[in-house]
Amino acid sequence: MGLEVTDLRVYYRTLAGDVKALDGVTVAVAEGEIMGLAGESGCGKSTFGNSLIRIDGRMRHVGGRVILDGIELPIADGDAMREFRYKLVSIIPQYAMSALNPTRRIGRMIDELLESRGVRHQELRTELRRRLLLVGLPEAVLGRYPIELSGGMKQRVVMVISTLLDPSLLIADEITSALDVSTQKAVSQTLVQFRDEGFVRSMIVVTHDVSILYQVSDTLAIMYAGRLAEKAPTEELMERPLHPYTRLLISSLPEMGVRFEEERLAGIPGAPPSLLNPPTGCRFRTRCPLADAVCEEQPPFVEVAPGHAVACWKAT
Amino acid sequence: MRRYFGRKLLIYGLTFFVAATINWMIPRFMPGDPVQSLLSRHQVAPEAVPHLIAYYNALFGLDQPLWQQYLNFWGSLLNGDLGRSVYQSGRPVTEVILAALPYTLGLLIPAILLSWWAGNKFGAIAARRRYLDNAVLPIGYILSAAPYMWLAIMVAWILGSVLRIFPISGGYSYALEPSLTWAFAVDLFAHWVMPFLSLFMVMFGGWAIGMRNMIIYELDADYSRYLDALGAPSGLVRRYAFRNAVLPQVTGLALQLGVIVAGALVTEIVFSYPGLGKLLLAAVQNEDYFLLQGIFLFVIIGTLIANFLVDIAYVLLDPRTRVGMSGGSA
Repeated sequence: MGLEVTDLRVYYRTLAGDVKALDGVTVAVAEGEIMGLAGESGCGKSTFGNSLIRIDGRMRHVGGRVILDGIELPIADGDAMREFRYKLVSIIPQYAMSALNPTRRIGRMIDELLESRGVRHQELRTELRRRLLLVGLPEAVLGRYPIELSGGMKQRVVMVISTLLDPSLLIADEITSALDVSTQKAVSQTLVQFRDEGFVRSMIVVTHDVSILYQVSDTLAIMYAGRLAEKAPTEELMERPLHPYTRLLISSLPEMGVRFEEERLAGIPGAPPSLLNPPTGCRFRTRCPLADAVCEEQPPFVEVAPGHAVACWKAT
Repeated sequence: MRRYFGRKLLIYGLTFFVAATINWMIPRFMPGDPVQSLLSRHQVAPEAVPHLIAYYNALFGLDQPLWQQYLNFWGSLLNGDLGRSVYQSGRPVTEVILAALPYTLGLLIPAILLSWWAGNKFGAIAARRRYLDNAVLPIGYILSAAPYMWLAIMVAWILGSVLRIFPISGGYSYALEPSLTWAFAVDLFAHWVMPFLSLFMVMFGGWAIGMRNMIIYELDADYSRYLDALGAPSGLVRRYAFRNAVLPQVTGLALQLGVIVAGALVTEIVFSYPGLGKLLLAAVQNEDYFLLQGIFLFVIIGTLIANFLVDIAYVLLDPRTRVGMSGGSA
């Protein structure tokens, strides 16, 4: 059934006014799909991931609906949301290295967490052990304190904990950012493995690192300044990007087998707009080489080919 | 583990040596002469004065050179002899202190432990109830910021003078002799309530404020957010936060227990409570070297014991200290 998000708006309350971190995001993730979500810092990609599971005190749900497996998630209501967390939608947080209580043995923390969710931990013991072995951790980590593990081990423990109740949707938020390249590869392969083993049904992988997504994701969504710019199957988006921002983003990635001696890697000139007072119309138009008068009106996010949607007047 | 405690014990031993030495030095650098002041309080015939001075100097060992006095100090200290009190006319210091000690401990240990326990509980509750945070916590601020002397006098005035519920001064009524009877126990308790209450009020505010801030910090920590994101009920999240927030409070408790005598000084003076604090003041006023030394020695020992207990408590409470001891394992 998958995930359907319609016109989601989530703002941050600040003294200067509302920061419109998510301003009308519409996207669907099919069952079994791993969707990569990429964009610059501050484009709202982590906010998107977080608002599907836990809207905290600084965030405000302004509008839009989230439907997962045919059930509308009460994302604005923390208490009502509690029941859906972990069982239906789960997260591997950005701060996986510090996500474990420093003064509890890991096994005991897991037991207490499961009991508090009404799950008998004895029933999941074997499964927990199996999954730890799957990510290359000995059962002995359950008797250790988080400080006794390396960063990579903590990350894997958190991956196992987050998926232990076989959630329908898993949000992986910048989980490779703090890792070295070889560990990044292992982690991204584990994500795919989790999906293939049926631990999770669909997944949203949030990162600023497009090259990771290339290995992991079935589809790629590019976010810019609180809105989706483009979404397409990974291959297609890399080969035939339609949105000017996507094109510039992909052209700024180093390519395998190409030597950059004569030409320098091009960046995207300019900086993303402030989300406190975003410009009207297309938010990329101040940096866009193609922009003209029509871009002063907001482009709709429309499907131009099967599974390929884009928000740009120039692409259609 | 053994190396850790071995090193700790060595550090405590060194601290004790240095502190005891300083403790021996300070009274001797005070201006004035204890024997002179002893004699001046008594009617002594002028021709007897030189003989008495010589007698007392020999009695207290003050006629010897300083280095000799210092060695004597350690020699008798290791024999458990703290010397004789000049001000209490030659009673052994140990005896004088041991008579006052139960009053101080009986007052301070319940006050510190109960205020610590109640303050932590209350602070943790205040951290998540806005009305408590806004209404009751300011009272905590006022209590812990008010000059203690003034607060103690207010307590004595309201409960003792105006309402006449509790006796204002002393450890027990002068009409009674210390004995193991109900009448004496009740009387002792009645005298104990006000000094206890004043101390409890002041310390309670401080603990509550500290705990409130720590809880707010811990509830925003990553592990709390992770548990919340996985739908753990707020009870579990708060239980974890409380346990981690209490660690700095344990350190604070050690410091508080250490300064046990200094903390009770003003209380004991305001309520004329016959504890170590009152004794300390008398010792200073009378330049009683040995008594002063003895009291400070108890303070030092108290501080060290309290700190050592907290070191042990920390090892039990916080796995991170344990890992530091064994060098950790990957």
